[in-house]
Amino acid sequence: MTTMRILIIEDDKEAGAYLLKAFREQGHSADLAPDGLEGYARAREGAYDILIVDRMLPKLDGLSLISSLREQKVETPTLILSALGQVDDRVKGLRAGGDDYLVKPYAFTELLARVEALARRRLGPRGEETLYRVGDLELDRLSHNVTVGDKEVVLQPREFRLLEYLMKHAGQVVTRTMLLENVWDYHFDPQTNVIDVHISRLRSKIDKGRATPLLHTIRGAGYMIRDGAR
Amino acid sequence: MTALARLFRTTAFKLSAAYFLLFSVGAVLALGGVGGRVEAVLDDQIGQNIDAEIHRLEELYGEGGLGQIFLSVQRRVRSPGGSIFLVTTYAGQNIVGNIASSPAISAEEGVLLETTYRLPGDNDRDHPALARLTYLPGGFRLLVGHDVADHRVLRQILHRGLGASLFWLALIGTLGGLLVAHRMLERVDDLSASARRIMAGRLDERLPVSGAGDELDRLAENLNAMLARIGQLMRGLSEVSDNIAHDLRTPLTRLRNRAEAATRDGATPEEQRAALGAVIEDSEDLIRIFNALLMIARAEAGQAGGAMSTVEVDEIVADIVELYEAVAEEQGARLTSSIEPGLEMSGNRELLAQALGNVVDNALKYGAAGSDGEVGVAARRNGDRLEISVADRGPGVPPEDRERALERFVRLDSSRSLPGSGLGLALAAAIARLHQGSLRLEDNAPGLRVVFSLPVTRTPVAAPGSDRT
Repeated sequence: MTTMRILIIEDDKEAGAYLLKAFREQGHSADLAPDGLEGYARAREGAYDILIVDRMLPKLDGLSLISSLREQKVETPTLILSALGQVDDRVKGLRAGGDDYLVKPYAFTELLARVEALARRRLGPRGEETLYRVGDLELDRLSHNVTVGDKEVVLQPREFRLLEYLMKHAGQVVTRTMLLENVWDYHFDPQTNVIDVHISRLRSKIDKGRATPLLHTIRGAGYMIRDGAR
Repeated sequence: MTALARLFRTTAFKLSAAYFLLFSVGAVLALGGVGGRVEAVLDDQIGQNIDAEIHRLEELYGEGGLGQIFLSVQRRVRSPGGSIFLVTTYAGQNIVGNIASSPAISAEEGVLLETTYRLPGDNDRDHPALARLTYLPGGFRLLVGHDVADHRVLRQILHRGLGASLFWLALIGTLGGLLVAHRMLERVDDLSASARRIMAGRLDERLPVSGAGDELDRLAENLNAMLARIGQLMRGLSEVSDNIAHDLRTPLTRLRNRAEAATRDGATPEEQRAALGAVIEDSEDLIRIFNALLMIARAEAGQAGGAMSTVEVDEIVADIVELYEAVAEEQGARLTSSIEPGLEMSGNRELLAQALGNVVDNALKYGAAGSDGEVGVAARRNGDRLEISVADRGPGVPPEDRERALERFVRLDSSRSLPGSGLGLALAAAIARLHQGSLRLEDNAPGLRVVFSLPVTRTPVAAPGSDRT
């Protein structure tokens, strides 16, 4: 993962300092703005790869900040952090121009995974490729063909979308909620780890008999597809 | 004095004052109008008589000169009737007549005048009369008139009647207005006093209803219904916060114990790491419980948990079945579905998915344990309602426990050994209520069938006073 330049706009000192430290430990460069106005100014000037915006900020609230930036044609990918977790709060956040929405309290691994997924969209427009390849696994987005080596793998439509999303974010951690949101398009809490079951089904189809699997479980975070040989 | 001032400011008093004014104007117009008409008619008749008399006397004068008039007037004077005659010379000297004098004798000719006259031998009293002056050839003045003392009496009677009726009108109107205003004020004061007592904390008191069925009663009844609704919401709120406090205490204690274990002396780094991992898991459980409780509380308070829009229920059901089908397969059970196409309703997609997910999850956990378990999901339209049922072949829930199973944190004995927060069904039921629908548990003989019954269209506002359903 290349280094990201992250601007954190968060008024809670402790939370801000924790995020700053955590992102820097991950090798990213992070700045902190303690209120909405300063955050807005820095987001306009600085060349950031990603903005992390708390929804409730002094001087200028998070949603107004984002919609003002979008009006000024600042299209930096933005993740909203919020204590408001109702379904319509999320919709409002995304409508204001946010690209992703995370409800407090959250796990840092979840935030990191989402931020990396957002930044990837900016750094490498992988979304436009039609052929994804990880090791000897190939997925053709146009013909919906999936092959391991020269053997074709038959996938159910949902399994195909699951694999497609994982391969689009190859080398990145993808969390269970990200999968539920992006593959199934739901944001609710499924109680049981339903995603795990779907992953293990997929794994049985693409990693069967492989010495080093492609689909890895990242403890306490989620899943990642990568070529184990590299 | 302030009481009086308050009385004057009441609506009832203002109304009665306005009516009093209106009636007075009406009475003046009506009585005055009738009086005026009567007088005009009488005056008109008198004028005509006078004209006829003058005409006749002029003819007599033409026939026989002053002598004839003299005779005629003398004859007339003797006959009663209130007519007055006076003939004078041009200079004003009386020649013949039944009156002594009248100022009308020197007035303009040919005009009917309201004037006075004096009788001979009684020079001090003026009598009212209508009269008309004519010049006779030869320079004589002829005044013919009629006494109108009777008319004046009539006029006075009319005026007095008007005054008297105005007086009574004023008296009765004011007293009535004061009485009505006073009674009104008393009742409004009662209402205000009750309202103040309620505000001061006597929340069970209600506003007095007199039983008269008038607008004040209607107002009091509606306010009472509002108070009842507020009371209900407040009880619900305090119940919810009590429950939240109670129910979060257990997992919080567990969390705390684990954290303490991690910091205890002599713990190896591995033990600490494991304890911290458990702490994170516990806190995630807590967050999950907290979110579910919050959603239940919101649903019970009747707040929409998000924007409602038209949602394709058949797709949601199919998605949930597809999502959990893998889980069923893994535990050796089967999840089957029968979904009527084209099912739509006004609702919230995420919440409905959450509710259905919870129920399916429950059915798989408790109703399809062991191999060859089967859970059937069916969705169909039934009139103006959608029915989604999730049926299993498990141990089921005895009828006496069905109501209780939908409550928060209730875990029936049969499921106590299995993991779960006890919130799944309570949340599903709350979401159903939020969609103005219901969730019921039925006997699947054997097994349990959970049925969502949801209206296709939401009624915009709950009727006042209606119980939350």
